[in-house]
Amino acid sequence: MTIKIDVDMTKCQHYGQCVFEAPDVFRLNSDDKLEYVAEVDDSERGNVEAAIDICPMQAIFIVD
Amino acid sequence: MTDPVIIVGASMGGLRVAEALRRAGYTGPITAFGDEPYPPYNRPPLSKEVLASDVSLEAVQFPQRDATADVNWVLNTRIERTDLASNSLTDEHGHSHTFSALIIATGIRSKRAEWANPVMTGRHAVRSLDDAIALRAALNPGTKVVVYGAGFIGCETAATARKLGCDVTIVAPGVEPIARYLGLDFAQWIRAAHDAHGVQFRMQSRIDNTIGDDRITGVVLDDGSTLECDVLIEAIGSIPNVEWLAGNDLDLSDGVLTNTAMQAVRTDGTVVTNVFALGDVARFPNALFDDEPRRVEHWNIPTDTAKRVAEVAAAQLAGSDSVDEIVAKRFAPVPSFWSDQYDIHMLAYGIVGLADRSEMLHNTFDDDEFCVGYYRGDELVGVCGVGMRNVVMGYRAKVGSSA
Ligand SMILES: Cc1cc2nc3c(=O)[nH]c(=O)nc-3n(C[C@H](O)[C@H](O)[C@H](O)COP(=O)(O)OP(=O)(O)OC[C@H]3O[C@@H](n4cnc5c(N)ncnc54)[C@H](O)[C@@H]3O)c2cc1C
Ligand code: SF4
Repeated sequence: MTIKIDVDMTKCQHYGQCVFEAPDVFRLNSDDKLEYVAEVDDSERGNVEAAIDICPMQAIFIVD
Repeated sequence: MTDPVIIVGASMGGLRVAEALRRAGYTGPITAFGDEPYPPYNRPPLSKEVLASDVSLEAVQFPQRDATADVNWVLNTRIERTDLASNSLTDEHGHSHTFSALIIATGIRSKRAEWANPVMTGRHAVRSLDDAIALRAALNPGTKVVVYGAGFIGCETAATARKLGCDVTIVAPGVEPIARYLGLDFAQWIRAAHDAHGVQFRMQSRIDNTIGDDRITGVVLDDGSTLECDVLIEAIGSIPNVEWLAGNDLDLSDGVLTNTAMQAVRTDGTVVTNVFALGDVARFPNALFDDEPRRVEHWNIPTDTAKRVAEVAAAQLAGSDSVDEIVAKRFAPVPSFWSDQYDIHMLAYGIVGLADRSEMLHNTFDDDEFCVGYYRGDELVGVCGVGMRNVVMGYRAKVGSSA
């Protein structure tokens, strides 16, 4: 099982808070811009949900 | 039927603790009371991008998960009184409600100034969605706006009003905006950014009175001078919402005092084990820094304190033998904060206000991007940067330790 992740890049302000919650899914690249893995194993769900909670712009979604 | 866990305050903290209780394995009933008409929504955009564009519930509402679909949200209902001896609450309609555990998530409200002239039309604050809707309707190109207070919310609101084409003057008692928090050099840099965008400043000034009969038309400063305005935005601080807890011997001297398990503490120092507080209203010790309890009005705190409340409460309600062990666990959340003004994106970790000195860690105030460290002795108590997020984020794990 995998989950699909979508980040609304019109909302994302690249704060990187998600990086601390799910470091294997989200990172800021060398230009300080968000990069993420769009499809991850279901075992990451807890971390991704924590990232969703802590995203200041509420920009992260799990697409079911 | 077993009494529910009752959450008072249906905002971010209330939502996060309901979610965390389910995650921690609590399956019993949960009731959440909130005095606003809206389900939990996100406040920070109310002084920033949402105020500049589309102030609506849709733009700020938190998504709700299946796990909390059975939470009984009782909105538009204020809790008026509490009797901890009988584990019961009374709402504004006179109905009483008993609980197994009480979770206090009532946050803070904007402090409002009191002036001799009673005019209210044209006076605004920015705390709730209704505040932001009312303010947005009043901000038009050419509107004369006075912002009273130069903290983060005052500065952000000033920047947004400027973006909307208003004439903006900030009036505040301090020497420089946000100086008490960020230090003088950083504050001067922020002021220069506002200057460049055409915001006027009357620092080291207080507003002594308002002018106007039906609506506000101006303010009188403490040097006797006057400023014309159509809109006055008061951003002069906050007051914890604790009046409804009076008469129970709780320590309510600045919010609700708790121990490191977020359990409420009485004035005699004893702990009420089934009463918890979290978010902006909670004054709790953070082991990252010391054992001094503090309120922290930062956005990650409702979420981090909610998790802590939930692990303790769920174990207690399940009658688990490990409650004492869980209560004794170290609790040391790293406060995180951000602020947007114009195209300036600030990111901070820790509690910058604890510092006795600051030091530029990367670049200088002449650069577009820089990062400042805040120290108490040798201990890094906070870090705040403009831009360079990877760099700022790299210091998060060092907050609370000696550099
Ligand atoms: C305009 C603005 C901008 C902000 N920007 C930032 C930012 O950029 N970065 C950052 O880190 N933080 C920011 N914050 C702070 C952040 O929003 C707060 O830390 C967070 O909202 C606190 O959540 P809470 O649930 O503890 O309290 P609150 O969100 O205050 O919720 C408390 C709720 O309880 C209700 N209530 C109170 N008394 C009663 C009662 N007796 N009965 C029933 N209900 C009651 C209140 O009406 C409210 O709905 C900002 C806040 C505001 C207002
Ligand atoms: S936390 Fe949200 S705003 Fe920040 S980088 Fe991640 S998705 Fe973007």
